[in-house]
Amino acid sequence: MPDLNNFRAEIRAWLEDNCPAEMRKPARSEEDTCWGGRAFKFQSEAQKTWMERCAAKGYTVPDWPKAYGGAGLSAAETKIFRQEMANLGCRSPLNSFGIWMLGPALLKFGSEDQKVHYLGQIARGEIRWCQGYSEPGSGSDLVSMQTFGEDKGDHWLVNGSKIWTSYADKADWIFCLVRTDKANKYQGISFLLFDMTTPGVTTKPIKLISGSSPFCETFFDDVVVPKAQIVGDLNRGWDVAKYLLGHEREMISGMGGDGGMASLGTAFKDVMAEEPVLRAQMALFDVENLAFRAHSERFMDEWKSGKAHPAYSNLMKYVGTELNKKRHELVMAAGGSDALEWESESSGGGAKPRSWLRTKANSIEGGTSEVMLNVVSKRILEMPGA
Amino acid sequence: MAMTLNEDQAMLRDSARDFMKAEAPVAHFRAYRDKNCKDGFSHDLWKQFAAMGFTGMLIPEAEGGLGMGAIEAGIVLEEVGRNLSPSPFLSTSVIAVEALKAADKAMRDRWFPAILKGEAVIGIAIDEASKHRPEKTALRAKRAGNGFTLSGTKQFVVQGASADLLIVAARTAGAPGETDGLTLFAVDREAAGLSAEATRLVDSSMAAHLTLDGVEVTADAVIGDVDGGWATLTKILDAGRVGAAAEMVGVGTGAMEITFDYLKTRKQFGQLIGEFQALQHRAAHLYGEIEGARSIVLKAQTLLDEGHESAALYVAAAKAKAGIACNLAVREGVQMHGGMGMTDAFDIGLYMKRERGLNEFFGDTSFHADRLATLNGY
Repeated sequence: MPDLNNFRAEIRAWLEDNCPAEMRKPARSEEDTCWGGRAFKFQSEAQKTWMERCAAKGYTVPDWPKAYGGAGLSAAETKIFRQEMANLGCRSPLNSFGIWMLGPALLKFGSEDQKVHYLGQIARGEIRWCQGYSEPGSGSDLVSMQTFGEDKGDHWLVNGSKIWTSYADKADWIFCLVRTDKANKYQGISFLLFDMTTPGVTTKPIKLISGSSPFCETFFDDVVVPKAQIVGDLNRGWDVAKYLLGHEREMISGMGGDGGMASLGTAFKDVMAEEPVLRAQMALFDVENLAFRAHSERFMDEWKSGKAHPAYSNLMKYVGTELNKKRHELVMAAGGSDALEWESESSGGGAKPRSWLRTKANSIEGGTSEVMLNVVSKRILEMPGA
Repeated sequence: MAMTLNEDQAMLRDSARDFMKAEAPVAHFRAYRDKNCKDGFSHDLWKQFAAMGFTGMLIPEAEGGLGMGAIEAGIVLEEVGRNLSPSPFLSTSVIAVEALKAADKAMRDRWFPAILKGEAVIGIAIDEASKHRPEKTALRAKRAGNGFTLSGTKQFVVQGASADLLIVAARTAGAPGETDGLTLFAVDREAAGLSAEATRLVDSSMAAHLTLDGVEVTADAVIGDVDGGWATLTKILDAGRVGAAAEMVGVGTGAMEITFDYLKTRKQFGQLIGEFQALQHRAAHLYGEIEGARSIVLKAQTLLDEGHESAALYVAAAKAKAGIACNLAVREGVQMHGGMGMTDAFDIGLYMKRERGLNEFFGDTSFHADRLATLNGY
């Protein structure tokens, strides 16, 4: 324990010395998120400095091995690192699907060359990744996907399309599920990586009910993918995908307790005084919110010590996303007619209603709530039937 | 601190689990219920609790106990809840011990050894009306010579008629509704002017209505400070609340387990009812609720043991969430058992009745959600 206390003091000192003041203010909008990548425009010098200083120490991915751009921190040290970040209000230096999703999959399934090359790029914020999973005809039933990679000797020739590819129009590379064997449903899918500037790749943003377009449709027309750019074994991409989905669910579930806000009601206390029924709903929400945070913390501790059920992230995804939707329903109710404004400056360009609408996707993306409940029921509770 | 049980705690859980399953399973509860026992629990079992080291687990080591905390007490209470094991553990070994820690040495020397041996039962007398509002305490304690004279009534005193000692919250100053002016007293069950009317509750447990009619006590009977009892009272209430929450996690877990077993064995329309997606989704949702409750209860216990400034807030959240989840478990349990759930032959209904009692004890879900909001400043 004394070692960890020393570590905490070291981290705190480093953060105080290195995190620019501007990066200790809460993010105001999506624009304040640092995504990295070839074409990324930093919002400020502070944002750039903060990412670079963290990357130099391996702190953009603190728990990854040092050889792959991380800081090699243990589970206990990583927890302390995140706690100290939160205590000082430091913004995340770098967000990316590379860190959250591809990275963990590469650490488990990638070759040594792939780990050194791709993980290093991710850790330094050089390459921004997107994910190619869902297809127009394959949402919840993901394994029915049709995008096909024809074997051409030294490369695959990929044709097909993906949907709901987050930020595909801004991404540099894609990790993509491609069918490489039409005869075998589960064991006929491979996990390929390729550059979004490869000839034949095009993207088209999808406008959502929130008015924004974080997702795209992505089309592949005779896209050449070299054979070295496969993760894991041929036709065993589903194993990689499932593992990665576990991480994605974990990440989405984390949104239930977002913003470091332990009490939603406190943020609206003036309204609460006049609204007894809403106050009661807020109070019950705050109970659920604290329970979810404790549940997440316990899950992460159990996960890291290998005690968690392998399918448990499905449960956390379900609980966390349903809670986040409830949170935004209450934010809208507390906001009243102010929260209806869509464009005004005072409303931050409709930040509340746009966020509220955005959260409706939480329980759809990365596996619907209904699919999560199926998985929990079958794999954890071992309920009978197919 | 990691939110996982350490090695010692895991061992305690295993031994508590084996013990309750072997010595105090639901069949034991049924037997005591059916003989219309005046105490509602077995004194022999209470002695066995002592032999296991449970009765004095929260008593400081220097005074012969194990010096454990809320997490360890919660481990035992969860198994108590899961098996519906009737015992004075929550009132005597958790709440009364917490109260006696604030008492002077003479009182501790008198009661700790008896608790350790499983020979003492202590009742906690706080509530005076049907809803838990401790600040509304009206029972008067008037100064009389070197001591006090207590007059008033109490209700929902669990095992109050079987107790050797009663810990009574009384008003020595101020008016009902004020937190100042309260004092805690240890009142002997045999004191002149004290009468206890036992009443059987829905879950077959025994509680008492107390009437104190000019009960005289000496100044030695005071626990903590005169007029300043709120601080101690809050501590013992929180120990009891988080304890009841842990027991509810056990009740909810027990109800959930027997229900899931039923889904895997009961056939209708030629298939196991657990194959129906309509029930699978509800089962999975329930599982998430119970695990959420288990987590917030563990968090509250951890903070309470650390003496953390936010402990009270988390205790409120834990009692509220345990109530929500356990209530769902017993309602879903009865519904998924179908007609069988309405029969006394099946255990699920017993869990439903127990949940109601624990939910009400020291403040129900509404009380604690309201308390959380107030502590959060809205």
